[in-house]
Amino acid sequence: MRKPQTSHASVAAPSLETNTGGIRSPNPFWLASAPPANSGLQIQRAFEAGWGGAVWKTLGVPIQNVSSRFAGHTIRGVQGAGFSNIELITDRPLEVNLREIAETKRLFPRNPIIVSLMVETEAEWREIISKSIDAGADGLELNFGCPHGMCERGMGSAVGQEPMVNERITAWAVKYSTVPVLVKLTPNVGDIIPHGMAAKRGGAHGVSLINTIKSIVAVDIDRLVPIPRVGSLSTNGGYCGSAVKPIALHMVAELARTKEFGLPISGIGGISNWRDAVEFILLGSSTVQICTEVMLRGYGVVEDMVDGLEDYMRTHGFSTIDQMVGKAIPAFSEWGDLDLNYETVAKIDADKCIGCQLCVAACHDGAHQCIHPQEETRVPHVDESECVGCNLCQIVCPVAGCIEMVEVANEHTRASWNDFAARGATLRPKKGAH
Amino acid sequence: MTPQLSIERSESVFEDFKLPLLRDAAVAEANRCLFCHDAPCIKACPTAIDIPQFIRKISTDNVRGSARTIFEANILGMSCARVCPVEVLCAGACVYNDLKQPPIAIGKLQRYATDIAFEQGWQFFEAGAETGKRVALIGSGPASLAAVHELRRFGHACTIFEKRTTVGGLNATGVAPYKMKADRALTEVEWVLSIGGIELRTGVVVGEHISLAELERDFDAVFIGVGLGADSALGIPGETLHGVHGAVAWIESMKLGKADFSRVSRAIVVGGGNTALDVVREVRGLGVANVTMLYRGQRDAMSGYAHELDAAMTEGINVEWRSVATTFRGDARVQHVHCVRLDDSKRPIAGSDFVLEADLVLLAIGQSKLGGQFAGLDGVTFDHGCIRVNEHGFTGRPGWYAGGDCTNGGKEVVNAAAEGKRAAHAIHAAFSGAHHDA
Repeated sequence: MRKPQTSHASVAAPSLETNTGGIRSPNPFWLASAPPANSGLQIQRAFEAGWGGAVWKTLGVPIQNVSSRFAGHTIRGVQGAGFSNIELITDRPLEVNLREIAETKRLFPRNPIIVSLMVETEAEWREIISKSIDAGADGLELNFGCPHGMCERGMGSAVGQEPMVNERITAWAVKYSTVPVLVKLTPNVGDIIPHGMAAKRGGAHGVSLINTIKSIVAVDIDRLVPIPRVGSLSTNGGYCGSAVKPIALHMVAELARTKEFGLPISGIGGISNWRDAVEFILLGSSTVQICTEVMLRGYGVVEDMVDGLEDYMRTHGFSTIDQMVGKAIPAFSEWGDLDLNYETVAKIDADKCIGCQLCVAACHDGAHQCIHPQEETRVPHVDESECVGCNLCQIVCPVAGCIEMVEVANEHTRASWNDFAARGATLRPKKGAH
Repeated sequence: MTPQLSIERSESVFEDFKLPLLRDAAVAEANRCLFCHDAPCIKACPTAIDIPQFIRKISTDNVRGSARTIFEANILGMSCARVCPVEVLCAGACVYNDLKQPPIAIGKLQRYATDIAFEQGWQFFEAGAETGKRVALIGSGPASLAAVHELRRFGHACTIFEKRTTVGGLNATGVAPYKMKADRALTEVEWVLSIGGIELRTGVVVGEHISLAELERDFDAVFIGVGLGADSALGIPGETLHGVHGAVAWIESMKLGKADFSRVSRAIVVGGGNTALDVVREVRGLGVANVTMLYRGQRDAMSGYAHELDAAMTEGINVEWRSVATTFRGDARVQHVHCVRLDDSKRPIAGSDFVLEADLVLLAIGQSKLGGQFAGLDGVTFDHGCIRVNEHGFTGRPGWYAGGDCTNGGKEVVNAAAEGKRAAHAIHAAFSGAHHDA
């Protein structure tokens, strides 16, 4: 018989509760303002499945949508590795949305509903904010990010790209709101920081980012029309899904490490599982918003997100989400601070190697020509005197744990480019520069 | 050009043992391929098809390019996709085996690309400008077909001498029908010959209707691809009874015509090679309830592939290990097979005699070698009846080349294809002044 795991039982279960700018949530997983958060019945099913909160699909001026609307990016058979849409804000009557917000709040009082809004004039903002709060909104999210359709009408990313406009509208919203206001930022800018700072100056309680990226996801090469195709035309879409995660992580981290910024962040962009969520939290997000993975697989994906996050917290000794938020930010630095004398080389585990030699091709064609085939064993040989420690072989290796990047000692002390430029620190000899 | 096959063929009842891949499954499988560098699968393929490359092209729906890659290396790529023992060749070398994951279904992917090429009627090759050189090819099996196609690409005029009326050799008459039926092999023959400029002379027996001296006189080079001869016999009493057949001859009769099973309910197959394993499954598949393989050794001594034995066992055949037939008995038609078991040194164990009932006995213990008909050619030498060739398919007598089963003693279609192609290159090199004769 197995012994009960008393050592685990004595550890209190970690708390997944979060607070993003005053919006409390039982867990950090929110549905992003998007098709999965389009209606009351959907959001109620999501809450039943375990989602912590939901950002209601943007309410605003009347619109009409096109057919078709979505397109996926496929690589090596993985459908939806990236995802694009040209759908606009809600096309349902405002009164219906408000009624369903109230109904959903009544059924799920503990799960925050954040209402996403996008209108033009101050009077329109005042009116829609008031109606949203009356319906039971726990928070507002100002959609300054949508990069298609609405921006042509002076809203969405047209606002998010202009810090002055962003600040002014944020200030209106904060003035008329009795609940926390989050500003949703667009990534379609060169530098995210001025836009985050504009939201802060406007009085926002937090920001959410990123919205989607202007994109053409693919071209129908038989019809010679980009997709998604509407008859014989297409237009730029908003790109999201797993493929945008690296861009989103960077923008989140940029704001999180900006000392004068300091607002709570709700991270968005390609979060597909608990690992992604952990990464966003470690780089400064207190909640994460998810759309594409739900569109591809349904609300059920949240179970693994919650389990996985909880297990990670247990094994890493975190008891609250707050303890995790921004924990990796101190390690996010400038290139000029990196230690040029830090040295790693690739080590191939001969017992695990299956002889595919992907590392050979990658190193020879895409890196520094230091991994050489060995006819006899097919276990490649790493010429450590030339290996620059670039990681490419490890990235292409199909066997988990077969190639490890191992730190090697050298006689040189830490020296960054900044150190070298400032005081001529000694740098180790270059490798792979043949 | 090629004779029509009867629709009433026994082999028609068989369905494919390995099902073809539809597009989505093919693309998904192709996407699993790691695109190994200096890939083990290529090295395991006698024709060295660039397997990762053709698979990558399937993954991008570049099926035409995929088929071209296959046929460039092996013009018999369509039939090889079906008949190759990939388990011991390309797929057996796949690195996924080391990851304890299923290897890439290389045979099925190759079939996917080549079947589409046939279906679409894609042509990839054309004959070279006529060189004025003439090459004779004896036999029309895989070795000669691979050779003739390559020779035509070089622009040499070619004549095939085939003693039978059916072309295609064992690929048409000998392949297990759950891998490929005769009509598919003949379709391939037509496809290969469609490069043009090939004279096909069927029903012509070299040495009888045309002498070796005449061939040597009329042609600049000769390729011998005659394969193997008649089924071997045991030399035991009762072998001439009705119902006792050589396996290869019986397979041919079943593939090209209708085998008579009206009085057959028990069959014995003697042998432990791949022909034996084919024929037990064929007899079983044609509805004979009780099929027993009689093999003189143990399982691990069999020359038949383990994966083929497994498939045969799954289909419910019996095996009598370490057993040999001593006498066939019956009243005109075989009724009983008297057997005895062997000890470790292959000697009969006293008192171990047993008798099996049988209405059909098939002998799959090898085929005769046909080298002897070329014994009069000075410079051509033999090894246990097989024609000796060097690594280029050269026999030792200027102008004479050989490949396929008559040189290797009986291997796979893909070996014959490789050997025919390499001989064609050697012939072309010799015409061009290079010497592969050393």
